[in-house]
Amino acid sequence: MTTVESPSQGLDPIKAPSSKLPKLGTGKLLIPGKGFGPASSQGKQRLGNIIVGFVLSLGGIIMVGPLLWTLSTSLKTREGVFALPPQWIPDPFVWENYVRIWTAGPLLSGITNSLIVAFSVTIVGTVFSSLAAYAFAKLRIPFRNGFFLILLSGLMIPYPTLMIPQFVMFSEWGWVNTLLPLIVPGLFGNIMMIFFLRQYLSSVPDSMLEAAKIDGAGYLQTFGRMVLPLIRPAIAAQFILWFMAIWNDYLAPIIYLNSPEKQTLQLVIASFNAQYAIQTDYPLIMAASFVALIPVLLIFLIFQRQIIESIALTGSKG
Amino acid sequence: MALNDVATTPPTPATKKAANQRSSGTSRLHARERRIGLAFIAVPLVGFTIFTLYPLIFSVYASLTQWNGLGPMNFIGLGNYERLLQDEYFHKALFNTFYLMIGIPIGLILSLLLALAMNRKMRGTTFFRTIYYIPVISSLAAIAIMWQWAYNGDFGLINQTLAIFGIDGPNWLENTSTVKPAIILMTVWKGLGYSMLLYLAAIQSVPASLYEAAALDGAGALRKFRSITLPMVRPVTFFLVVTSIIGGAQVFIEINIMTPDGGPQFSSATIVWYIWQKAFDNLQMGYAASMSIVLGLIVFVITAIQFRLNARNSFSIE
Repeated sequence: MTTVESPSQGLDPIKAPSSKLPKLGTGKLLIPGKGFGPASSQGKQRLGNIIVGFVLSLGGIIMVGPLLWTLSTSLKTREGVFALPPQWIPDPFVWENYVRIWTAGPLLSGITNSLIVAFSVTIVGTVFSSLAAYAFAKLRIPFRNGFFLILLSGLMIPYPTLMIPQFVMFSEWGWVNTLLPLIVPGLFGNIMMIFFLRQYLSSVPDSMLEAAKIDGAGYLQTFGRMVLPLIRPAIAAQFILWFMAIWNDYLAPIIYLNSPEKQTLQLVIASFNAQYAIQTDYPLIMAASFVALIPVLLIFLIFQRQIIESIALTGSKG
Repeated sequence: MALNDVATTPPTPATKKAANQRSSGTSRLHARERRIGLAFIAVPLVGFTIFTLYPLIFSVYASLTQWNGLGPMNFIGLGNYERLLQDEYFHKALFNTFYLMIGIPIGLILSLLLALAMNRKMRGTTFFRTIYYIPVISSLAAIAIMWQWAYNGDFGLINQTLAIFGIDGPNWLENTSTVKPAIILMTVWKGLGYSMLLYLAAIQSVPASLYEAAALDGAGALRKFRSITLPMVRPVTFFLVVTSIIGGAQVFIEINIMTPDGGPQFSSATIVWYIWQKAFDNLQMGYAASMSIVLGLIVFVITAIQFRLNARNSFSIE
């Protein structure tokens, strides 16, 4: 449970509910401080750290290896890709690949389209999600929990079950090959976001908001002046996660977008892959893929703390 | 603003009735709170009705018809479902989808071990956490393109690494016996950081006093792991198993990119890939809808079973 006293620290306290703690019977014999053993176990600890550090490093190499290999390939000549033994450091460096990608396919319009979809959905959708979360957590509404459960049940229905009727519906509206099918459903809010914001708000004491009401503040005012500042860290984290999910979406775009200049970035790099693999122009494919990775990579490195904390929270709340 | 439009929409008859019943005796303030609260939750509920509920009902009906998506819908009862029982491709797609889920337990075990390693008091764990998390946030489309190249039979990263040890690797994605393990390996690699993070948060929330008490009782490291850590992280395991199965049932992107035609002899085609092909390539929308209903049922049943199992043996510590 998060506390109101430290809303800026936000999402970190993840505690096991005390009722779930196992009873081991010897709780009273606790020795304060550490005192975990004699000095020899410190040497053991250090040896353990070295072994664990080695294994983690090995794993780390496996984790970044394919990414570095992509980067390396993207800087090679078309022939350099087939060099034996393989070169990790390209010789020569072909920066020109990163120039060619902009004319080899609709990469720029792909980025623009992805940005349009991701920003319009997350900005509008976040407003409606947080208003709904406020209502679900703090306002007296008939059948409040019933409505909430109905929304939650939507999480259990996989998208592929809905995609055929949605496609038919949108094509009747003339929306195929436009960005609208990707944007409009998201504008109504995101159930996951409502769920987490509601959870977060339920730890805010009602009395705080009641006080504002007595002072004559309207509900939108209360929301804007009291609720929003309180849940801002939670909103930020959910916003980033949602943004990245839309940025990386693939199945919905591939259904709706046919013409190259309408496609989102993920589809553009997929068609780079299909088109240039035949010509064995792997450096070009890898350069385009790497460019597609960069925005999300940057967002992650900048907002790492918020992202990691809110992800860690998912498990304990789910 | 759209908000005002929503605020004026009347509540549904059922809620209005209940509202009237309760409003006798309560102040006008509460009536206003109800109205505004309903307006706030109306946005996601309207979205749910248009983009989830209606398509779901439509999908059930469409699954009972022969239909190409444009022309008339011929009602054929359970004809599509009878056809599913005989369709060998569908059976193969089902088999492949579940086969690919082998990666789930592998990933869980590896990520729990990783989380234990990262839980040690040593330097560099934050750095490793970032490294292991990068594949998680990266777009699956770009990752699939990278790994398709890494699996290249002659010049891919995997086979060139194997060549160092004198192993002549197969052409991974062109071979019926290696294509599924290859995809599993990639999926485990991509998801490791996510489950590791959830496990790490759970492990860190275990009160240190439990371990100290167990140590006083003479419990060794293995015993402590089995009797304290494992039961304490069970909710996370449960969460990960459920979400991974729901996600695993919907695998599509990597198949679509790495093996665009469903792999050699259909050996990597999944349910969603087959639904997508039938619906949007062959325009057999009715038949595809019946498969999508089966997929929805599978997801629903698995989730229900998991919840039953978890309710029965949660938090039992011997």
